[in-house]
Amino acid sequence: MLEVRGLSKSFGGLAAVKSVDLDVPQGSITALIGPNGAGKTTSFAMIAGFIRPDAGTVGFNGQDITGWRPDRIAAAGMVRTFQITQPFAGLSVVENIRVGAFLRTADPDAATAKAREIGTRLGLGPMLDRNAAALTVAGRKRLEVARALATEPKLLLLDEVMAGLNPSEVNEIVALIRDVREGGVTILLIEHIMQAVAALAGQVYVLAEGALIATGTAREIAADPRVIEAYLGHGAAARMASHG
Amino acid sequence: MPPLEIILPALVNGVLTGGVYALIALGLTLIYGVLHIVNFAHGSLLMLAMYGAWMLVSYFGVDPYLAVPILAAAMFVLGWGLYAGVIGRISRGEDRAILLATLGIAIVLDNLALVVFTGDTRTIDTPYSFAMIEAGPLLLSVPRLISFAVALVCAALLWAFMTRTDTGRAIRAVAREQDGARLVGIRPERIFALSYGIGVACLGVAACLLLPTFYVSPQVGNAFVLVSFTIVVLGGMGSFPGAVVGGLIIGVTESLGGLFLGESLGPIGISLVFIAVLLLRPAGLFGTTR
Amino acid sequence: MKRTLPVLIVLAALAPLALPSQFLVDLAMLTAFSALIGQGWNISGGFAGLTSFGHAAFFGIGAYTAAILQTRWGINPWFGLPVAAMLGAAAGAGIGFSAFRAGLRGSYFALVTLAFSEVFRIAANSAGITRGGLGILIPLRPGLANFQFTDRRASYLVALALLSLAMAVAFWLRRSRFGARLAALRENEDAAAALGIHLVRTKTQALALSGAITATGGVLYAQTFLYVDPSIAFGIERSVEMLLVVMIGGAGTVWGPVLGAIALHLIEDTSRSLIDTPGFAPMLYGVVLLAIVAFLPGGIAGIGRRHA
Repeated sequence: MLEVRGLSKSFGGLAAVKSVDLDVPQGSITALIGPNGAGKTTSFAMIAGFIRPDAGTVGFNGQDITGWRPDRIAAAGMVRTFQITQPFAGLSVVENIRVGAFLRTADPDAATAKAREIGTRLGLGPMLDRNAAALTVAGRKRLEVARALATEPKLLLLDEVMAGLNPSEVNEIVALIRDVREGGVTILLIEHIMQAVAALAGQVYVLAEGALIATGTAREIAADPRVIEAYLGHGAAARMASHG
Repeated sequence: MPPLEIILPALVNGVLTGGVYALIALGLTLIYGVLHIVNFAHGSLLMLAMYGAWMLVSYFGVDPYLAVPILAAAMFVLGWGLYAGVIGRISRGEDRAILLATLGIAIVLDNLALVVFTGDTRTIDTPYSFAMIEAGPLLLSVPRLISFAVALVCAALLWAFMTRTDTGRAIRAVAREQDGARLVGIRPERIFALSYGIGVACLGVAACLLLPTFYVSPQVGNAFVLVSFTIVVLGGMGSFPGAVVGGLIIGVTESLGGLFLGESLGPIGISLVFIAVLLLRPAGLFGTTR
Repeated sequence: MKRTLPVLIVLAALAPLALPSQFLVDLAMLTAFSALIGQGWNISGGFAGLTSFGHAAFFGIGAYTAAILQTRWGINPWFGLPVAAMLGAAAGAGIGFSAFRAGLRGSYFALVTLAFSEVFRIAANSAGITRGGLGILIPLRPGLANFQFTDRRASYLVALALLSLAMAVAFWLRRSRFGARLAALRENEDAAAALGIHLVRTKTQALALSGAITATGGVLYAQTFLYVDPSIAFGIERSVEMLLVVMIGGAGTVWGPVLGAIALHLIEDTSRSLIDTPGFAPMLYGVVLLAIVAFLPGGIAGIGRRHA
């Protein structure tokens, strides 16, 4: 469904993303992980059209969408959420979700109905008519997902949707993401929380300092010495191996 | 195409006026560079300063050029107070709030002037108002020459202040990186008030320099708002050399515009330049893209 | 807003038609007029969050359209309404597209709109078709067919009709997809784009709609006061009036412009009876604007309003 080849971006003299290749098969949950500053969010931003890549291509469902505007990409079926949540603060929760629903329908009543349904399904029922600014962090994350889902995406890009959540909230979101996939949506997620990645992702890509250093199942990359080094520092893998 | 004898004086006049415009723009660009606010009250504050200068000259008999330090100090205090008392309080970081706050101040000042001074235009008369000196083929107006010179001197002083004093460096630090400046012990709030004060003080100087060859009325603020913004946008928001170069260019544009397009259509040149810069190159000549 | 207040306002609006006081009709007329052009500004400035300092551009286009069509080409003034609306929309689209495509927002957008209205003002001051600084005097020919009335009540009725149309547009925005998109891009442009909203196109449409409504206000002005000149049409005071009405009443609300217009004219009338110098009332407006920005950003409509 998503084919990224040679994606690259530099800011000033600094190479943030160096020739990244990604494949996200339809119906899968794929994860993009890596230490802070590895270039994950920049990659997302390029895939979703918010930043123009210096080089490389992004293919979505057979179409080359490189350099497309974000709204055009969303209309084509790929929607992203934001690492730092971006609610429409002056609007209520249901009004927020409604904006997403309006991508697929012009009928205000249909949009409201759909927004209420999705909001309730994602656990925002009691908060639907309250101001979005009144939500807790966990609530805002759910709102980000709900809003994106209302656009009937084929591919959902989740940027650190679990950041700032406590363990029980993380479990809830994991279950939620599984439900979303069951509903037929392909998912590419950036995540730091390894248990969640292991529980959800079929394929994991590891980014460090802008370059792809490993790819495989969660178990495979957890044992990969290059991945360990990227997170724990140079020589860590060898030290760990020698300690047995 | 008018003959050279007509174009050349217009050109020179444009440059001379442009020098004073540069000073006005310097204040505006300083305020933008440090506080990142577009000071819509700039024109109105200039108008207020001009009334201040007019009163000093008309009621106290002070020579307009000697009034410069007095008015600069007075406007500095006013600017500092306006920021500390009004703008700083209202800011709260919201973009539109600041925009409307400076607009509100402009409205209050413009109409306060109308109430206190009525709508009549006021001018001053000095013994040298119409003095001329010859420079080759040109007849130059003495007050314009003096104003130009004083404007450049003040610009140079401001430059020296910004680059060579501790306070000036602190201001530049805050302009570039607020949090970093805070870490080294600089208090941004104080710097904001100071910068706004200095920006407005520039208007105090400019007012004295404009009065000998210009007039003041409550509408004058509006006229200068667009001119000063055009200069700052043309030169690049926050850029010191940009304000100077922009001031000269606009001074000349205004002068030539009046010459070629006539009295009533002339000012359109500036607005058109303004629109063109905003649409084609918002960063201006020396600015960085936002 | 509670149910009772709109009902009260509607009753108060209809009262001058029934009561014998000429003063009341005149005041109501001015208020309805301010509310109409305020609602025009509200479409782009309130609902879409695009703060414009140059809306007089659209107002003036409407006023001059009405004046020129009649005096130069003898066209029936009622045609002025649709023509002005179209020209206002075109201007909104033109200004909007060029500004938004260039990525202008916030203060820069406010500045460029101010510059456009200035360009129009200066051009109107020199052009032959607008009779330059002399302005255009519309000959007095009362009659329904001529869109002129001897009885101010009739003008007021037309004003109410136009205002109702503008209110209907605002109500539509509250519910519709277009209105939801405006709210979204007002609150957060990145999130809006991520959800499929074409920013430049949507903003331009908002400005065009706003321009159309504001232009009809210009026609109303011309037909009521029968004189248009560059500063009446394109002066910055007009732009400020529209902005004030909306900010005081409550930006982005349906009733905001009405509340703001009422407040503004009450202030003006009361202050004029106390101190009758030019500039005193507008100075109070400035103070009120500062107070609103500092203490009541949601305007009058925002009092007690909670998304609880």
